[in-house]
Amino acid sequence: MNPVNSLSGPLADPAADAGYAAGHPPRVGFFTDTSVCIGCKACEVACKEWNALPADGVGDHGAAGDVLGLTGMSYDNTGGLGASTYRHVAFVEQRVPARDSAPVDLGMPSTDLPGAVQPGADREDATEVRWLMSSDVCKHCAHAACLDVCPTGSLIRTEHGTVLVQEDICNGCGYCIPACPYGVIDQRQGDGRAFKCTMCQDRLGAGLAPACATACPTESIRFGPLDELRERADARLAELHDRGVGEARLYGRDPDDGVGGDGAFFLLLDEPEVYGLPPDPVVTTRDLPSMWRHAAGAALAVAGAVAAAFLGGRR
Amino acid sequence: MSAPEHRTATGAPRRRHGGGRGKGRGERLMVPEAEFTSYYGRPIIKPPVWKVPDVPAYLYLGGLAGVSAPLAALADLTGRPGLRRLGRIAAAGGATASVGFLVHDLGRPTRFLHMLRVLKVTSPLSVGSWILAPFGALSGATAAAEVLGVTPRLARASGLAAGALGPALTTYTAVLVADTAVPAWHEGFRELPFVFAGSALASGGGAGLLAPGDVTPARRVAVAGAALELAATAVLERRIGFAAKAYRTGRAGTVLRAARAGTVAGALGALASGFLRGRRGRALGAVSGLLLNAASAATRYGVFEAGMASARDPEYTVRPQRERLEARRSG
Repeated sequence: MNPVNSLSGPLADPAADAGYAAGHPPRVGFFTDTSVCIGCKACEVACKEWNALPADGVGDHGAAGDVLGLTGMSYDNTGGLGASTYRHVAFVEQRVPARDSAPVDLGMPSTDLPGAVQPGADREDATEVRWLMSSDVCKHCAHAACLDVCPTGSLIRTEHGTVLVQEDICNGCGYCIPACPYGVIDQRQGDGRAFKCTMCQDRLGAGLAPACATACPTESIRFGPLDELRERADARLAELHDRGVGEARLYGRDPDDGVGGDGAFFLLLDEPEVYGLPPDPVVTTRDLPSMWRHAAGAALAVAGAVAAAFLGGRR
Repeated sequence: MSAPEHRTATGAPRRRHGGGRGKGRGERLMVPEAEFTSYYGRPIIKPPVWKVPDVPAYLYLGGLAGVSAPLAALADLTGRPGLRRLGRIAAAGGATASVGFLVHDLGRPTRFLHMLRVLKVTSPLSVGSWILAPFGALSGATAAAEVLGVTPRLARASGLAAGALGPALTTYTAVLVADTAVPAWHEGFRELPFVFAGSALASGGGAGLLAPGDVTPARRVAVAGAALELAATAVLERRIGFAAKAYRTGRAGTVLRAARAGTVAGALGALASGFLRGRRGRALGAVSGLLLNAASAATRYGVFEAGMASARDPEYTVRPQRERLEARRSG
């Protein structure tokens, strides 16, 4: 086991790094292709149903919210991932130059006024509305900060290479919550423990796909061995680029990134921060050896200062 | 594969910076600040669920106890019974209260012993629990012997052991907060241990000034700690880039400015008390010691608040990452 790789950098097999013997199941994950997401939120509902998650208001996720639990900001009334929301469909409405719009005819009625954009006319100044939808989820990082900092050993790496909270161990210290660079895991109000996506660990054991991927009607959420998903994602990206969707990009796919590659990665149509994702996340424990060295130096300074204070005679 | 060209999407929620929030403190930006994008201004990382006063108090008391223990141990060896007695009680009291605040902050307080279920070097809270637990036991036994006036030799041994653990107790908490995705804390991971070390020395030394008898070592510790805390904080704010704003603005900025004033005044008072004879010197020392402790607690609270502010505002997360990304792309 390479101790450097255990904290950051590419990591081929997180489960093996965590000590699972050879022959453990392959690392599985999600590839969420947001270009075919229709924002139906079937994933959110399926997740809540399967995992028997309690209702939570948008206020629990930091948004203002009203008595009806509406954010008042968009069709997104979930707000964000939380202790009782393991899937969150983001909704972004943008006005973009018409010529930049994806040349895909969905066969839907126009949302613009008739004649706003004349087919074949000069579209230089024309704009149109674009909706971005994306189903967010725990990234199941190769280097998971939540797991690293958990003091009780409640957070573990599973045999499938995913990250799981053992709720019978968690004592609600809350350390995992600010450690996550994506803001995924949170403390459940009234319960005190931390919760997040389990990738339906109970279904995986029975050979089933997670509830969200099973429910997704457009196959925007794909589940499978991570190696296969990465190949499919690369093919999908090439296809979209060929079709002129230059803004398509993969997020979290690269094993060289700050978290060693995500177990759940995405195809996005705009910058990550537009969807509420950090543009260049880094696992905080990458710097932990240096942190301990600085703390040791400071502790020695404390010891030295106290000892030196006793030098010399008394008055 | 080539990086996709960045495009301006006018409909996405954007915010221009440099105006609008905060009081213009007379600084004019020579370069227009870049726009940054977020998802309806919502935080990207989850702000810590750690409560006030639990966690700031836990940080402060750990520092107070961690310095009081070696101070008491050396006072014992050098024959300063007043300083020894006060240091032992402060170490045990600080450690006990610190544990109390830590347990109270847990979502499941009855499971506090799970903290000692494993020892994980990747978890500063696990390492810290394994420092705090023996420190608490040793300093508690030492203080009990001191108060009861029994087994002075055993108390000397346990006091020395607690004193050896003390310095680690003062700085692991800096790693605890820095080992998060909270920008104001993580970016300061090199400087925060020294800020906390200085703050701990100031409070432990300051507490020692309340002791009867010769308190010269406590005075030196307090003044050195105040100097270290001020210097380390100045370096922190200069070196951590955009995240420094969290330490200068809002509630954190106000609290930290007050803490700095208190530290300066307390250190000067402590220094001056060494030149005054008799009761006036003692009184000035005691007031300065209390002031240093208040300032130390305020420093911890200010650092805590700076982290919370930087977690709530997505700009602290997005901007440095975006700049890092652009720098990497351009070569």
